[in-house]
Amino acid sequence: MEKGKQLEKRGILTEIFVTIGRIAVSIFVPVVAFFILWAGFIFLRDSNANQGIIALVAIIWGVGGVALLFWVADWVVNRTPVHVAKKLQPFVFVGPALVILTWYLFLPTMRSLYLSFFDAQSKNFIGLTNYIFAFTDSKMLESFTNNLMWIILGTGGSVGFGLIIALLSDRSKFEKVFKSIIFMPMAISFVGAGVIWRFIYAYKPAGEDQIGILNAIVTFFGGNPQAWFTIRPWNNVFLIIILIWLQTGYAMVIISAALKGVPSTIIDAGRIDGASEMRVIRSIIIPYIFSTLVTVSTTIVIISLKIFDIVFTMTNGNYGTEVIASMQYKQMFRFYHYGRGSAIAIVLVIAVIPVMWYNLRQFSKREGF
Amino acid sequence: MKKVFFVVLIAVLTLPAVFAAGQVESAAPEAKTVTVFGAFVDEEARRFEEAIKPFEERTGIKVIYEGSKDFETLISVRVEGGNPPDIAGLPQPGLMMNFASQDKLVPIWSSLEATIDKNYAPVWKDLGSYKGTPYGVFHRVNAKSFVWYPKKAWAKAGYKVPKTWDEMTALMDKMVANGHTPWAVGLEAGGATGWVGTDWIEDIMLRTVGPEVYDKWVANEIPFNAPEVKAAFDILGKIWLNPKYVYGGKNTILTTSFGDAPRPLFDDPPKAWMHRQGNFITGFFPDRIQANLEEEVGVFALPAINPEFGIPVLGGGDQFVVFNDRPEVREFMEFLATWESGELWAKAGGALFPYLNQDLNAYPNEIERSLAEALVNAKVFRFDASDLMPAQVGAGSFWTGIVDWVSGKPLNTVLNNIQKSWPK
Repeated sequence: MEKGKQLEKRGILTEIFVTIGRIAVSIFVPVVAFFILWAGFIFLRDSNANQGIIALVAIIWGVGGVALLFWVADWVVNRTPVHVAKKLQPFVFVGPALVILTWYLFLPTMRSLYLSFFDAQSKNFIGLTNYIFAFTDSKMLESFTNNLMWIILGTGGSVGFGLIIALLSDRSKFEKVFKSIIFMPMAISFVGAGVIWRFIYAYKPAGEDQIGILNAIVTFFGGNPQAWFTIRPWNNVFLIIILIWLQTGYAMVIISAALKGVPSTIIDAGRIDGASEMRVIRSIIIPYIFSTLVTVSTTIVIISLKIFDIVFTMTNGNYGTEVIASMQYKQMFRFYHYGRGSAIAIVLVIAVIPVMWYNLRQFSKREGF
Repeated sequence: MKKVFFVVLIAVLTLPAVFAAGQVESAAPEAKTVTVFGAFVDEEARRFEEAIKPFEERTGIKVIYEGSKDFETLISVRVEGGNPPDIAGLPQPGLMMNFASQDKLVPIWSSLEATIDKNYAPVWKDLGSYKGTPYGVFHRVNAKSFVWYPKKAWAKAGYKVPKTWDEMTALMDKMVANGHTPWAVGLEAGGATGWVGTDWIEDIMLRTVGPEVYDKWVANEIPFNAPEVKAAFDILGKIWLNPKYVYGGKNTILTTSFGDAPRPLFDDPPKAWMHRQGNFITGFFPDRIQANLEEEVGVFALPAINPEFGIPVLGGGDQFVVFNDRPEVREFMEFLATWESGELWAKAGGALFPYLNQDLNAYPNEIERSLAEALVNAKVFRFDASDLMPAQVGAGSFWTGIVDWVSGKPLNTVLNNIQKSWPK
């Protein structure tokens, strides 16, 4: 009896020590990990060492740091009792992303919303005045019209051409070659595309050598060179062509993958029933890949709403080509009107919400790609 | 395998800790540094760094210059983010006034103010002050009201430098009669497209209404759609909107970048015969022209329109302001207020300086020497109006207004729009 009680006592003591030890170690490891990451941060921020070393440390610290954080978090969670671990595990995966999104995306959006009700220097509350500006200023109205043009023509063009090329290359021997060529522009940044197309649209007065391809062709056939960007309203179309050039590859790749998912049995059945090629495409294939078409379209619609680089670098919004994102940038960073810039940003966010909501709905229905 | 991986990972991640520790120890005896942030880049930045080397050698203080084409955006971001440079070179007085009103700047101290009073004409101290307190020290400045022409071709064609605006108009007609196109103009400048037109209007305003009314215009005490402003636009329109007077007509004006604009002057035979632009444009001439500047290029001041107002000088300049007060920062600012800080840049070319005690012979050619002389001795000097106006106008509606007007929009609409955009 005595021995049993002693054993019990020792058992409880050991238990307490073991538990304390466990907690201590569980705290120790994250603290050490934190210190390592902090030291790395200080080094990157303050060091005057060789740039190459800084770059190397940055890469190792960035990638290794994330791996380390995950491993430590996972290890800590695994040391907790099983029923607690089960509840904590998902947060190890989702938590960091949520925190980062909250800090860098959600909070700034809330702050923009807050600032949009204040004046230029964010000192006085002025209610909806900035929103009234956003919806009545002539350049803003011009932007809304232009963005609508971008959405309709940009999305229609990209998805349309993407679909046609996907359909055609699907049946072609040189499928991979065509697809690679069409897809290549996607690797180019918007600004880079602007530089390339600037040379395509370049204008020199009549009599001089035309360095722009378009004008070279026009003058070859005896026409007068045109300053393409100054021709309203077609200059918008010329800019939208650049977006189509960039995004067709993206649409084509996604649609092509969806096309390959259409079961051949159903197409064969249609052909046996005597349907022409166009009919097969129109009534069988397109309805089958419809959700993919919609998803691709919504992505490009969002890009069209946000379009900035192309317009900003090519015409600076002049000649009636102004778009919402460019207006927002100018108000915020050129004119230092924080209220108006924030209001325009919020308007853009609100415009995107329905598209995003629809996209997410498709996702959760598992009908998206 | 996994264990080994993580051990190696942790070992590598502790490297920075070692580095950091090392840094802390060696931080003490390191040289003092001053960080400077400015809007000029590439060749101009290099010449600036050359010019300030004597200071670094003399004092052992390291001056680190960083330049950016997006200066106006970045400087605000850095100041707001609590990470301003020690010193910044602001190209617009408006920026200086913004920061001064937010109490972000260190006012000029008495010894530096005395140096400024000694080395500069009063206008430069005024341009660097906010509410009577001086904040900025001017360094490189530019003068804008000049017309450049191909010297040799003019001599061959028998053209003479016009002394009045009427003589210049007569010269333009003479050129047209000879089958020549008088002017080369280019507005395009990316996000700043249109500023060339604002310079022309400012020059014309100074010559037609004089400096006092010019100041009223800058402060919006006379509205932007006032008859005086409309008259200035009409004078410019007589040149720009007449396809016979400008090479390539309005399409070329709109699509040619300001740096490429003078090129037609140097073709053989010249495709255009005059180009009005600030002194910095010499850096954009073809290389063979730059190598022989004095022989190839002539320059004259844009002539007077109303003899009462003579030939004023329109110009601009970068002023250096202080964000972080430290002894070495003060030392560098004192250096910037002296001719010694500009001498080497002046010698390299492409820069004018306002110092009263400068040696005009330092400039590399007769052209820059005469421009510097005109600047230092100007009876009337005014800062570029679009740099003084609020950003919505000076970097916004005034620029786009010029573009709209050249594209064909009615002048009254354009001027009304600009006036409407003036912040209350």
